[in-house]
Amino acid sequence: MGISQSEQQSISDLVGQYKALPGGLLPLLHAIQADVGYVPDTAVPIIAKGLNLSRAEVHGVISFYHDFKTSPVGRHTVQICRAEACQSMGSRQLEAHAKQALAVDYGETTTDGAITLEPVYCLGNCACSPSVRINDDIFARVDADRFDQLISDLTSAEGVAK
Amino acid sequence: MIFYIPQDTTALALGSEAVARALQTAGIEPIRNGSRGLFWLEPLLEVETDKGRIAFGPVSAKDIPSIIDALESDPTSHDLYQGEVADIPYLKSQQRLTYARAGLGDPVCLDNYQTLNGFKGLANALQMTGQQIVDQVKDSGLRGRGGAAFPAGIKWQTVHDAGKSAAADKEPCQKYIVCNADEGDSGTFADRLVMESDPYQLIEGMIIAGLAVGATQGYIYLRSEYPVAHKLLNIAIDRAIEANFLGENIQGSGKTFHLEVRLGAGAYICGEETSLLESLEGKRGMVRAKPPLPAIEGLFGMPTVVNNVLTLAAISSILEQGAANYQNFGMGRSRGTLAIQLAGNIKRGGLIELAFGVTLREVVEDYGQGTYSGRPIRAIQVGGPLGAFMPESQWDTPMDYEAFAAIKAMIGHGGIVVFDDTVDMAAQARFAMEFCVVESCGKCTPCRIGSVRGVEVIDRIVANENRDNNLILLHELCDTMEFGSLCAMGGMTPYPVRSALAHFPQDFLLRDSLLQDAAGASLQDSLLQDSLLQDAAGSSSRDAAGAAQGEN
Repeated sequence: MGISQSEQQSISDLVGQYKALPGGLLPLLHAIQADVGYVPDTAVPIIAKGLNLSRAEVHGVISFYHDFKTSPVGRHTVQICRAEACQSMGSRQLEAHAKQALAVDYGETTTDGAITLEPVYCLGNCACSPSVRINDDIFARVDADRFDQLISDLTSAEGVAK
Repeated sequence: MIFYIPQDTTALALGSEAVARALQTAGIEPIRNGSRGLFWLEPLLEVETDKGRIAFGPVSAKDIPSIIDALESDPTSHDLYQGEVADIPYLKSQQRLTYARAGLGDPVCLDNYQTLNGFKGLANALQMTGQQIVDQVKDSGLRGRGGAAFPAGIKWQTVHDAGKSAAADKEPCQKYIVCNADEGDSGTFADRLVMESDPYQLIEGMIIAGLAVGATQGYIYLRSEYPVAHKLLNIAIDRAIEANFLGENIQGSGKTFHLEVRLGAGAYICGEETSLLESLEGKRGMVRAKPPLPAIEGLFGMPTVVNNVLTLAAISSILEQGAANYQNFGMGRSRGTLAIQLAGNIKRGGLIELAFGVTLREVVEDYGQGTYSGRPIRAIQVGGPLGAFMPESQWDTPMDYEAFAAIKAMIGHGGIVVFDDTVDMAAQARFAMEFCVVESCGKCTPCRIGSVRGVEVIDRIVANENRDNNLILLHELCDTMEFGSLCAMGGMTPYPVRSALAHFPQDFLLRDSLLQDAAGASLQDSLLQDSLLQDAAGSSSRDAAGAAQGEN
């Protein structure tokens, strides 16, 4: 997967910015992901060199954490809580509905590149389950109808932005 | 009149932003307070009037015009009128120490915090030696609130004493205060509520901890699933630095304490303290073998206090009001208050802070008012995904660390998840193993491989494949995981599994296909005997569940 010259440059800049921070690898990876959208494979040697780590160590950290993506994701990330409190309020049905409505499984992106669907284990909103996170917004008491509404709000907002 | 509408995650998730905009449209600029934790009433609009601080909830944007009208005539006439906030029985009956300030005002307003006795504990601590502070914490009887309930004062003493004997003439060694804000247990939001409704209390507790043990650097390890808490904590820390509560020479005392928030990256295991430290060091969140304890060799190999958000938050009130005041609450060796989080299928979910000793039944029936669905409660899981499922016969257990441990359950972080009678307990047991597969750090075999085998064995049991032998195998697997795992992830995953097997055995048997034939009935009899089934009524509700939910 090729990345642009400017992305390459911004990764190098971020490495320079974070390399002196104690235990700075996670903050650095978060920053790269916020900037590029994912952590491209080509970033690994740059990070390793900057932080004086082996490439294996950097790869090991990236692959350990659910948050870090190694390929491009959709313009929006939709997470459905799979934890027990949400299960008690029907999240199993909700996740089945979401997969069907978006025609993707967990970890996949809709064909128009708009939405990546992910599981999440607890959003801390457990008194008003089921919970869904869309980008940085969390929504409570989401049933199938509300889910469809949220998705259509998301896509229509995109239409306006275009 | 002053209007308050919360900005915490749950209120926002229920539409408080739209309510705030509706108020602005009506020419009112509301204060964005934190939540009081009465989540069943969120968004809870509070109005400071000449007749007291009254509340309306749950409010949506469309209710604003009618509320404004009612405020001009007779507020009590409005359908959503809840009376004076402080008199709402759900809140009034609580014993709020940690959450005393929650919801009163703008959580990141420093003046507001100080008006409400904020930083008084710190002022007291600045007059004391490190040892005196540690003694106060010991006297309070405070135990770690993350789940393990280890006495906080003893941990602090170890860090306080660490690195002393080595070389008295050398520079004191670097020590750290690490706040575990990786609140990953389902059904818990107590840490989040502190961070979103009263973040300075946590910051104050961490500064005091630093003074007590001689640490100059603190980290809050926050899970990435909490974007609102992340934003608010960073604002609060910036303001505390500006006002010289953080940084060098705190309030002219010559003491130093720096604080930084570090974001996790979606790994449940990082709530385990050694895994958290690895993650803070920028590594894979792999559990460390103990000893050495983090108090001796913690972050970057240096002596480190690792405490939960609630533990550190409690420090502020202990130093403000004295150890004896805190000690006055609770029962047995469980002192102080417990932040109970009532969640799942419950009518009135929220944060309930009470002295230890209240029973589970009182919490779910008196506060919770039963299930949200209106169906009977069938099982209650206490203490997160590693906690046992409790049947009705255990609901009269008082909430106390020892009483729960005695029945192989745990209070843990105080989360209570309620399930109605449509729950499929075999599916829940399977999920417990599945969760362990997803979240195991992979360091030890019983957890990494055992969980995978656990899912498979449960699938075979449910499919009626060589059932008796597989049941024995599952019990043996649970033994291996419980006694052979390095940490609580693998070591306690068997708790929900075993409790589901012991108290809800019929769920492991009655598959729809089996229900139809006589062979199923005789199989059922044999298993029922094995598994000490007491409650035959459960089977009929299981039918309904099967029909309603389908198979997963």
